[in-house]
Amino acid sequence: MTDAALPARTHGEILPLRCLHLVQRNFLVWRKLMLTSLMGNLAEPLIYLVGLGYGIGALIGEIDGRPYITFLAAGMICYSTMNSASFEALYSAFARLQIQRTWEGVLHAPLTSDDVVIGEWLWAGLKALFSGTAILLVMYGFGIVSGIAPLAVLPVTLLVGLAFSGMALVMTALARSYDFFTYYFVLLVTPMTFLSGIYFPLRQLPDIAQQVAWCLPLAHAASLARGLTLGDPMPWPVLSVGVLLLYALAGVTLAAWLVRRRLNR
Amino acid sequence: MLDVRRLVKSYGGRRVVDGVSFRVERGECFGLLGPNGAGKTTTLRCCLGLTALDAGEIRLGGLPVPEAAREARYRVGVVPQFDNLDPDFTVTENLVMYARYFGIPAREARARAPLLLEYAGLGDRAEARIDSLSGGMKRRLTLARALVNDPDVLFLDEPTTGLDPQARHLIWDALRRLAKQGKTLILTTHFMDEAERLCDRLSVMDAGRIIAMDTPRRLIESLIEPIVLEIYGEGVAGWAQSHARALVERVEVSGETAFCYTRAPDELLQAVAREPALRVLRRAANLEDVFIKLTGRDIRD
Repeated sequence: MTDAALPARTHGEILPLRCLHLVQRNFLVWRKLMLTSLMGNLAEPLIYLVGLGYGIGALIGEIDGRPYITFLAAGMICYSTMNSASFEALYSAFARLQIQRTWEGVLHAPLTSDDVVIGEWLWAGLKALFSGTAILLVMYGFGIVSGIAPLAVLPVTLLVGLAFSGMALVMTALARSYDFFTYYFVLLVTPMTFLSGIYFPLRQLPDIAQQVAWCLPLAHAASLARGLTLGDPMPWPVLSVGVLLLYALAGVTLAAWLVRRRLNR
Repeated sequence: MLDVRRLVKSYGGRRVVDGVSFRVERGECFGLLGPNGAGKTTTLRCCLGLTALDAGEIRLGGLPVPEAAREARYRVGVVPQFDNLDPDFTVTENLVMYARYFGIPAREARARAPLLLEYAGLGDRAEARIDSLSGGMKRRLTLARALVNDPDVLFLDEPTTGLDPQARHLIWDALRRLAKQGKTLILTTHFMDEAERLCDRLSVMDAGRIIAMDTPRRLIESLIEPIVLEIYGEGVAGWAQSHARALVERVEVSGETAFCYTRAPDELLQAVAREPALRVLRRAANLEDVFIKLTGRDIRD
C-alpha cells in the first residue's frame, strides 16, 4: 500500500517570489519600530554632517568651489546607506539566524535557505534605500540640492545597499558570535570609509591608495552619488554600477552557499 | 504517509543514523524513542529534508525527500525541540506570518487564527507578546503554528520536554484530539509515559539504529517479564546477588535498588519478608523497563 502523491497546496504562489515572505516579515517588524529605526539611521549621519560640515567646514572653506558641507552630504548618503545595510545584514540577520532561530522556523515551512538569504539580502538593500532617502530629504531641507535630478541617486542607494548587504551576509554566514563582526568593521568598513572619498576627495590620497579604493564598492558609490546629486563628473559611471552589481551578486551568491552549508548540516 | 528506508547519516565520520527503516501509515501516531544522542532528531531532520542523506530513501506524503522536500512541507507541520517563535511579533501575528510562509493569504490566516488559539488554550492571549508567555504557552503556540496550513502530518521533536505536569497534560490532550481527527503524528520523546499514552506504535532507537519496533503493549509483553519487584534497603546489592538471582528470571542492581523481573514473584516476596532491613514495591512492568533493558542503565550525554 502506498500513498498517492499529495498535491502541494501552493495557494497560487509564484515560486521565485517566495523570498518576499522574508522581506515582508522584516518590513512588518521594522514598521513597528519605524520611528526609532529611522531616527537611528538619520541621527548618526546628521551629527557627522552638521558637526563635520560646519565645524571642519569652517576651517577648510570650499572644496571644488562649494561649501564643505555640500561635498560631505553626498558622501553621507553613501555612508548611511552602507551602514544601514551592513548593520541589518550583520547584527539583525545574525539574531534571526542564531539567537531567535527565526530562519530555522521559516525552513520548516516550504521555503529553502536560498529563499531566506535572498529575502534578507533584498530587505537590507531596501533598508539602505530608506536611509539614503532620509539623507537626501535632509539635503533638500538644507538647500544643498534642489530640483528632481538628484532623485536619480535613489536607485543607486538601493544598489549600494545590496552590495553591502551581500558582503555582510557572507560574514553573518561565517559568524559564531557578534564579536566576529568587529573585525569586519575595523579591518574593512572603517578603513574603506577613509579610502573612498566620503570625508575628503579621493585625489588627496597617494596613487596606490586610489587604486585600492577603486577596487572597493564605496568609492564607486561615492562617485555615483556626487555625480547624481551635485552634478560632479563621474569618471566611469558604467564601471561603477558594474562593480557595485558584482559585489552585490557575488556577495549574495557566496552567502547563499555558506548558509546552505551551515544550516543543511 | 512516511516511508524511510535504510537511512544513513554521518557527522564527522560518526554514523549518527545507521540504517534506519520505518513506515508510518496515515492517521497513525508513531513514536521514536531513545536516549539522548540516539539519532532521533537527526532522523526527523532528514525526513523533513533539512539535511542531506548519506544513503537511503525517504518518501514523505508520497514525495521523494530531500528532492521534493520543500513541496512535501506544504502538507507538514513541525514542532521543533527548541521554540523558535518570532519574538518580534505578537501571538496572533506569529500565526498570520507563519501562514504567509505557506502562501496562505493574510486575510484567510487572520480569520483562522482565533480558532487555532482557542484550540491551543490561548484564546485570551491573542495580542500578547511572546516573551510574556510561559514555557507551556509557548509550546502550545508552537503547536498551533504548526497547524496553520492544516497539515496531514505533524512532526514533534520532544514536544513536552521542560514542561510541568499540567502543561504536559494539555499538550497530550491536544495531540490526542489531532490523532482523532486523522492527522498522522510522528514524535520523538524520552518520556516513556508519553510514548505509552500517545503512540499507536513506536520504535526504540539507540546509537543510530532501531532496536525494537511494535505497539507499546506488545513491546512490554514480548520483551520483558510482566512483574517487577523493586527492593530497597541496606545491603540490598549483596543480598540480591546471593538470594534474589536464584528466585527470579532477571535482576538488575542500580544504586540502592534491586530491580527483579519475573513471571512468578511469590518466592522472592516471601524471601524479602524474612529480611527486616529490606522493603519491596511490586508493580507491573512498563515501557521504561523495556527501554532500560534495551538501552542499558548507563548515562548518555
